[in-house]
Amino acid sequence: MKLKLHVWRQKDRQSTGRMVAYDAPNVNPEMSFLEMLDVVNEELTGKGEDPIAFDHDCREGICGSCSMVINGTPHGPSKGTTVCQLHMRHFTDGQDVHIEPWRAKAFPVLQDLVVDRSAFDRIIQAGGFISVNSGSAQDANNLPVAKGDADQSMDAAACIGCGACVAACKNSAAMLFAAAKISHLGLLPQGQPERRRRAINMVKQMDLEGFGNCSNQYECEAVCPKEISVGFIARMNRDYLSSSIFSKETGSASKSED
Amino acid sequence: MGWLRQTTDSSIGGKLIVAVTGLAMVGFVVAHLSGNLLVFGGPQAVNSYAEGLRKLGALLWVARIGLLVMATLHIVFAIKLNLANRAARPQAYAVKTYRRASFASRSMLLTGMALLGYILFHLAHFTFRATSPELAALGEYEVYQMIVLSFQQPLIAGLYIVSMLLLGLHLSHGVSSLFQTLGFNHPKYRSLVGSIGPILGVLLALGFSSIPAAVLFGLLK
Amino acid sequence: MNLDAKIPAGPIADKWTNHKFDMKLVNPANKRKYTVIVVGTGLAGGAAAATLAELGYNVLNFCFQDSPRRAHSIAAQGGINAAKNYQGDGDSVHRLFYDTVKGGDFRSREANVHRLAEVSVNIIDQCVAQGVPFAREYGGLLANRSFGGAQVSRTFYARGQTGQQLLLGAYQALERQVGAGTVKMFARTEMLDLVVENGRAAGIVVRDLVTGAITTYAAHAVVMATGGYGNVFYLSTNAKGSNVSATFRAYKRGAGFANPCFTQIHPTCIPVSGDYQSKLTLMSESLRNDGRVWAPKKQGDKRPPRDIPEAERDYYLERKYPSYGNLAPRDIASRAAKEACDDGRGVGESGRGVYLDFAAAIERQGKDVIEQRYGNLFQMYDKITAENPYEMPMRIYPAVHYTMGGLWVDYNLQSNIPGLFVLGEANFSDHGANRLGASALMQGLADGYFIIPYTLGNYLAGISRDPVKADGDSFKSTKNDVEVRIAKLLGSKGKRTVDSFHKELGLIMWEKCGMARNKAGLTEALRKIPALREEFWQNVRVLGDKDNLNQSLEKAGRVADFLEFGEILCADALTREESCGGHFREEYQDQGEAKRDDEHFAHAAVWEYQGEGKAPKRHTEALTFDEVHLATRSYK
Repeated sequence: MKLKLHVWRQKDRQSTGRMVAYDAPNVNPEMSFLEMLDVVNEELTGKGEDPIAFDHDCREGICGSCSMVINGTPHGPSKGTTVCQLHMRHFTDGQDVHIEPWRAKAFPVLQDLVVDRSAFDRIIQAGGFISVNSGSAQDANNLPVAKGDADQSMDAAACIGCGACVAACKNSAAMLFAAAKISHLGLLPQGQPERRRRAINMVKQMDLEGFGNCSNQYECEAVCPKEISVGFIARMNRDYLSSSIFSKETGSASKSED
Repeated sequence: MGWLRQTTDSSIGGKLIVAVTGLAMVGFVVAHLSGNLLVFGGPQAVNSYAEGLRKLGALLWVARIGLLVMATLHIVFAIKLNLANRAARPQAYAVKTYRRASFASRSMLLTGMALLGYILFHLAHFTFRATSPELAALGEYEVYQMIVLSFQQPLIAGLYIVSMLLLGLHLSHGVSSLFQTLGFNHPKYRSLVGSIGPILGVLLALGFSSIPAAVLFGLLK
Repeated sequence: MNLDAKIPAGPIADKWTNHKFDMKLVNPANKRKYTVIVVGTGLAGGAAAATLAELGYNVLNFCFQDSPRRAHSIAAQGGINAAKNYQGDGDSVHRLFYDTVKGGDFRSREANVHRLAEVSVNIIDQCVAQGVPFAREYGGLLANRSFGGAQVSRTFYARGQTGQQLLLGAYQALERQVGAGTVKMFARTEMLDLVVENGRAAGIVVRDLVTGAITTYAAHAVVMATGGYGNVFYLSTNAKGSNVSATFRAYKRGAGFANPCFTQIHPTCIPVSGDYQSKLTLMSESLRNDGRVWAPKKQGDKRPPRDIPEAERDYYLERKYPSYGNLAPRDIASRAAKEACDDGRGVGESGRGVYLDFAAAIERQGKDVIEQRYGNLFQMYDKITAENPYEMPMRIYPAVHYTMGGLWVDYNLQSNIPGLFVLGEANFSDHGANRLGASALMQGLADGYFIIPYTLGNYLAGISRDPVKADGDSFKSTKNDVEVRIAKLLGSKGKRTVDSFHKELGLIMWEKCGMARNKAGLTEALRKIPALREEFWQNVRVLGDKDNLNQSLEKAGRVADFLEFGEILCADALTREESCGGHFREEYQDQGEAKRDDEHFAHAAVWEYQGEGKAPKRHTEALTFDEVHLATRSYK
């Protein structure tokens, strides 16, 4: 089948970009979306034009590298799927396909479809961890965890940090990302000592990075390739508000405490 | 009080204020509607209710000032959050599709602004009676007469009905949303929380609209 | 080449304990005076960087991905082994040690493997403390599952995302240190060379993948945890970015490369669907518990599988290995699939595939039971192939999955270059000729959390604390080499794309040095690869410039290294005249079974670079088996 692609091209962070149209004449329905772009890139290189840059790595839906908005939806039309596992059989012959990078102030475009998502790392740095040094842990079975809690924690921990939630949100909010980590750790007994501090610091960092606020439209959940529930955002709100209002924890830039 | 500043400056804290003030105003709106519905009990019922309210004296002022503060905070924080949201996405998508966001959720700013306009008109109309000399001429507690007189004009009745539909729309998202913001959501109650806004929105819109509609159709005169 | 493994004396169970006491320590106040470079942020690298920083060292950590959380460890599905014996089913450190040595077909170092089994229990404790949400029983205790190559249930898991959860644990520990300022993180930064100064590893040369800037960093020691080289085959289950460059550059600076021919082929992957195919997806091995593997008896049988009557199907694993049947080990199942396809009985459009059929299991146990066990895998298969495995048998084919070979290291995980330490899949040490399922995660974390923090301290305690500088001659010349190479890649202005070379190389490797190897094929590969490499440097087309993000340039550098490395892999396969584990030489078999030659090949083969255009030199480290006695594996 044939497709008409409209792709965001931008040389580097400083340049202004634009949408450029390309023909993709040899698309096999069995290809993944990224393989379709590989083929287009091989053709572009043959013609002496710079290939389209895009982030990708594992190509099996778990590393969270791939990141593109396809016809207005992050990761494209299939539910619970990353772009790398999206197959061309979900498109129709002759279709116009618009491909854009994640759009957010906190995710500046580096080139074409490649964006800088280091803001997510800094949110984790602010508190997305349990402070335990290697070698100091007690026997794992000394700490029973209710199966339900462990399962729910795993539901939250499944986040791959791709940023589709930010890309889908009209406010470029990172609430689902932050909430997933706060909930993953907050649901476990190991995570309790730092629970309040974690919520306050991570939210603070999230705001500082320039992500927007939540309008409770749940677009994030609708596009999340791991289908993480917005129920975790409610949990984060609860943790944050109770920590802010009812505890002495004020949070701070997290510094080493060893 | 650094913590207070930090909290209200934060994204979630800002949302908390919008949610809590919204909730307070929803409470007011519900009370207001129950009062209004007395109009179906005849002039005596509603007029004496109005008189009773007035006689609360200082308490009435506390309520009024409280409402004013709530509305102001609601608006100020909503605008503040909205500006931050706009700044968070400097470059729009060439193509954007929505998968789940409801029409109500996407028009909150518009319905909110329309409601502000409506409230100002409503105050000028019924509280200050500044829009027509006929109303100004009525006695202080002749609320029933005031209602009937006003809504016999199709334009005014239509304006109120449209505004109440907008209110319903605003609350259909706002009420469900405030539960989420306050952290009261869970897979167990999710469908309940999701439907409480639309249900309340429809009930309020119907309840309020029933009065101008009833006058318009001659059921109240 | 000095290949002293430095195995501590004493009984095997006491070696590590004694060694930990014997090693020198660095005073807490002095630790911050040492700078350590860690390359890679997977289970081994991430765990090492975090732990070394917790101890107080000044750590510089590099990864080519946009975030340390994306290292390829994240893709591991099944689980992680540990000798906890929580199930009370007879597991012990010694049993895990025994299974691993035997599973590795007696080509690993006993002392290393025993240490791995010892620290496996600490890994689970550490990960649980970090908040890794392992699967649990209703009583709140940890759940286990069984896995290939073992008769006990010792595998801990977090749904089908164990690698992801373990990596996120290490990543979070790492980010905590980044936040604390003890680790300086360089993401989107690729190591392009190793700097050796006065015979010691002194630093690295990196390229900032966003700005293109080439920079040198100096350190008291360099720790490489840069993963495996499966992508030399082009198609593998590895991530697209996984590459050999870091370890290969170190090899060219003098580090020995051990057992490159030990590559693991996984039997249950989704087959290739066309020449645009960019990577292969693994389906968990657990499917073979209930699925029956078969191919049509007739060559070129194009009927849909359901139309092929029972009598015309060849359940070849059950036929050849009646006692193990469909649960034959990875290497054996893989080769049998290849044989069927080579015989013209392969299925699917390409003819490179066999069926994995659940019809019998569904009939016997009901669809619900099968769905409960494999629902997510069936769904994934459906997503990729648009075929419903409840109705139609799955099509599977083997694919390159893991590489046991890697840079040679001693017991301290130090290479033959002092100051260069190698962890995880990048080193060669623990899996011998074949890795057991759920052991890769164990090794990566053991190296990173529990071994390198001790052995690196021992090294650092013996060298000067003076600040290091990246301004010596060797830094300048190494940096210059890197720049010249980049200019050469960009200046070639040829006609062929990088990917086309990579695919061609991959095809040669897969055909001649894949599941089954023979002298003629390997010799042919050794003739073809240099010719292809020659053409690459003449005719490759790399667009864009060096001072910007340039994905073609990144790929070109990696493929250039694969084009050299592939030759060493083939040479190693050619010289190892025996069959063992993942290395199967057709000449050395006993009716299809691998025939080891312990008399001549009970050693690690270590390759030493001899200079441009010269054949590398093969050294050996003899392996002795005092605890686990040499025996032939049989699965009939």
